[in-house]
Amino acid sequence: MSVHRPEGLSDVFMEPTEAPPAAPPTLPTLGFVGWMRWAWRQLTSMRVALLLLMLLAVAAVPGTVWPQRAQDTAAVAEYLTDHPTTGPWLDRLGFFDVYSSVWFSAIYLLLFVSLVGCILPRTKVHLAGVRGRPPRAPRRFARFPAQGSGLVDGPPAHVADDAVAVLRGGWRWLPFVPTYRVDTRDEGDGTVAVSAERGYLRETGNLVFHLALVGLLLSVATGQVLHYRGQAIVVQGRGFANAQVDYDTFEQGTAFTPSSLVPFTLRLDEFESRFDPDTLQSRDFTAHVTLTNPGEEPVEETIKVNHPLDAGGAKVYLQGNGYAPDITVRDASGQVAFSGPTPFLPQDEVYTSRGVVKVPDVSGDQEQIGLVGYLLPTVDVRETAFGPAYASVNPQPDDPALVLAVWQGNLGLDTGVPQNVYELDEARMTQLMEDDDKPVTLVVRPGETVDLPDGMGTLTFNDLPRYVALDLRHDPALPFVLVFSLLAFAGLATSLFAPRRRLWLRLTPGVDEDAGRTVVTAAGLARGDDVGLQPELDRVLAQVLARTADRPPVAPRGPTSGEATP
Amino acid sequence: MTTGDLSTLLVWGAATAFTVALIAYSVDLARIADRAQKRVPEAALAAAPGGRPATAVAGSEAQSAPGRSARAEGIARSTTLLGLVLLFGGIVLRGIAAGRWPTANMYEFTLVGVFVAVLVLTIVQRRRVIAFVGVVVMGIAVLALVLALNAFYIQADQVQPALQSYWLILHVGVAITATGIFTVAFATSVLQVLRSFREEARTEVDAPAVTVGAAPARSDRFRRWVGGPRFGWLEQVPGSRELEALSFRLNAVAFVLWTLTLIGGAIWAEHAWGRYWGWDPKEVGTFVAWVVYAAYLHARTTRGWNGRRASYFVFVGYGVVLANFTVVNIVVPGKHSYGGV
Ligand code: HEM
Repeated sequence: MSVHRPEGLSDVFMEPTEAPPAAPPTLPTLGFVGWMRWAWRQLTSMRVALLLLMLLAVAAVPGTVWPQRAQDTAAVAEYLTDHPTTGPWLDRLGFFDVYSSVWFSAIYLLLFVSLVGCILPRTKVHLAGVRGRPPRAPRRFARFPAQGSGLVDGPPAHVADDAVAVLRGGWRWLPFVPTYRVDTRDEGDGTVAVSAERGYLRETGNLVFHLALVGLLLSVATGQVLHYRGQAIVVQGRGFANAQVDYDTFEQGTAFTPSSLVPFTLRLDEFESRFDPDTLQSRDFTAHVTLTNPGEEPVEETIKVNHPLDAGGAKVYLQGNGYAPDITVRDASGQVAFSGPTPFLPQDEVYTSRGVVKVPDVSGDQEQIGLVGYLLPTVDVRETAFGPAYASVNPQPDDPALVLAVWQGNLGLDTGVPQNVYELDEARMTQLMEDDDKPVTLVVRPGETVDLPDGMGTLTFNDLPRYVALDLRHDPALPFVLVFSLLAFAGLATSLFAPRRRLWLRLTPGVDEDAGRTVVTAAGLARGDDVGLQPELDRVLAQVLARTADRPPVAPRGPTSGEATP
Repeated sequence: MTTGDLSTLLVWGAATAFTVALIAYSVDLARIADRAQKRVPEAALAAAPGGRPATAVAGSEAQSAPGRSARAEGIARSTTLLGLVLLFGGIVLRGIAAGRWPTANMYEFTLVGVFVAVLVLTIVQRRRVIAFVGVVVMGIAVLALVLALNAFYIQADQVQPALQSYWLILHVGVAITATGIFTVAFATSVLQVLRSFREEARTEVDAPAVTVGAAPARSDRFRRWVGGPRFGWLEQVPGSRELEALSFRLNAVAFVLWTLTLIGGAIWAEHAWGRYWGWDPKEVGTFVAWVVYAAYLHARTTRGWNGRRASYFVFVGYGVVLANFTVVNIVVPGKHSYGGV
């Protein structure tokens, strides 16, 4: 069996115990196969693994320096406008999509190829080692980090039996698991060598760790291609169905099948929020929902931050919340042009919420209306030199008010270009002004109706329901990701903390005045730094000597060993 | 006085105690350096004929190392313990004042991190004081505490919904513990590198032929400097191999905890944000630190990289850990901006 090891690995356990005859240096066989073999050995070498690890660390950094599209598209756009020369270059080189860039992917893929190329052969070697015998005792013990010796009555064969028993003795709390795997070899002349090895778990742990990393990568990739994710805004009293069309945004993996969307429905019954009365910081959000799985009775559930709801094989997260003022707008002829709740987006801790209401024309030849402004959950009005200033002072709806500016013109709804519902396209609209050239400002409280300027109609603030922003995600690979992470963790801990040790005892028949006794020499070797090695060797040695000394002499001693040592 | 104020007072007390400990360790170190400088000529002479550096012997049986100040060491030990007790009290009271586990903002992270680092320091020093490691760790501890009290401090309070989870204990607590251990490991590695340069320089004094012909590079000058009398105190510290082993053990424990931090963070992110990994700046920082320490563990077993070269990874890794805690919390916008600063 050829011993494989990655190029450049320094490991005392892989060094031969005796110096091998110097092998003649072999030049790489020329030709394609030779070069490929050479390249493969380089790629799977420790040095290249180290280099790739360092590269990976370096390559991950730009993602925190430059804004990333995956997290913040707006920030990237802003960067591109601010840096017209460098921006496009950075973009071309992938600096705004670092973690899906060619170079980042190349590094981690090469690393994993190297890992597999390194680990699979090692696994084979390890499996063979686990099934084999502990390596035979080296001829000389002098160069080993732990050493010991002793002298005891009794022939080497007896001492060997005792040594085997001591070394095989399990831990006190695991009596049936031998601590060491032991092997004895007759070295001739009555000398017996005992080899013992423990800590196969260490290498096992290391291999499990590395293989689990591969499993982790594969699970993550599987999740990427099979997942789907949707976001929906749900207003109190309303619901949504788990169907692609019902989401405001929907994103899916390349191998996503629509059948993985279980068609449940979810209704928001109530939303509760609690804030610290002094600092006004959020303390608790709870969404009370009714979940109806297909073919089942509706059940009441709650969704909180940190406590997603499991529904139809997906998880529903509470990502945000706010107010959706319910407004009715009637046009000049009294027809309802718009009615319903419109989500306003909170801008700060006191829920100063910004929103846009787009009122299309209903009864012919009328201008379209755009209402832009703020909802203030608890309004505070202050008189200033420029007129009244409105601000929110509490996130709870104690005294809500809508403060709106009015625009008139063409909303651009029929241009075919998808519109942002939270922004008004002002290109073909004009803002309505008072006679003194100040913008028209409507201030409405719930239950109130106000007239729109220029006799355009009326606006009624009916009610102030809440809304939640839900994020729904389905990733079938999640359990695998978890299991492989935990396996990697367990393997890592084992491989770093399980001691791997080899002990050798050589039992030589005594000569002259020691005839009939046994000279015991011992040596120990450990993988890595192991402070426990010498104490362990001392303990084993002491136990073996004590045990043999206590043993009643069964066989006549003297002759056997006397003959063996002329 | 409220519980919160009392907590702050205790933390100030701890900072003071640690400052005294820092001074005591420094006096100890200065004393050792002083004596060593006087002894160097004889030591060099004595070592020359044997061909074996006297350092190796002096290092491994240093109980009787001359020049150490028993008084300074006693003061260092007792003020360190006092500071630990005060800091512990400060942390517990902080938790009581806030009504939750005290690891929710940068101020609290720093307190707990310093506590762990100093605790590990006392454990490492339990049998034998290594003044240099004491100076480095205490220096970092005092700096961090003062920074925490002046720059990171915020009123003890409850936390926002995203932080209300037992993961606040598991994920954050483990991360801070790991950081504390990394700190002591870092100090040990610094000492190891100095000591290793010194050992090399001393060997060269014994066998100067090795460097003949080679142009004196920058590292050579550094080596000669460390080999000089100014660094005589290095004779009193354990050998570089021993320090390497100590640093490795600490780093290994901290690395395993860091791995747990990474996994725990992913699980928590899955609960709170709906994805286990999103390349948030804090996640990236944690990942980079993890990869650097993984590279360190690899380097230790790669021929040509083990020993001193591997410990350079510890410096980089620790730098990343610190940057991840400070720069990423304060400067970079991300989902982890709970620092409260
Ligand atoms: C994703 C990439 C990798 C990561 C994150 C990684 C991580 C680690 C970690 C943390 C250790 C130390 C724990 C232990 O001793 O078991 C380790 C050990 C080891 N790794 Fe890797 N590794 C990676 C790739 C590789 C590759 C490509 C190779 C082969 C060329 C390799 C070979 C080894 C060996 C031989 C050890 C054992 C060192 C020893 O203690 O003797 N690893 N690895």
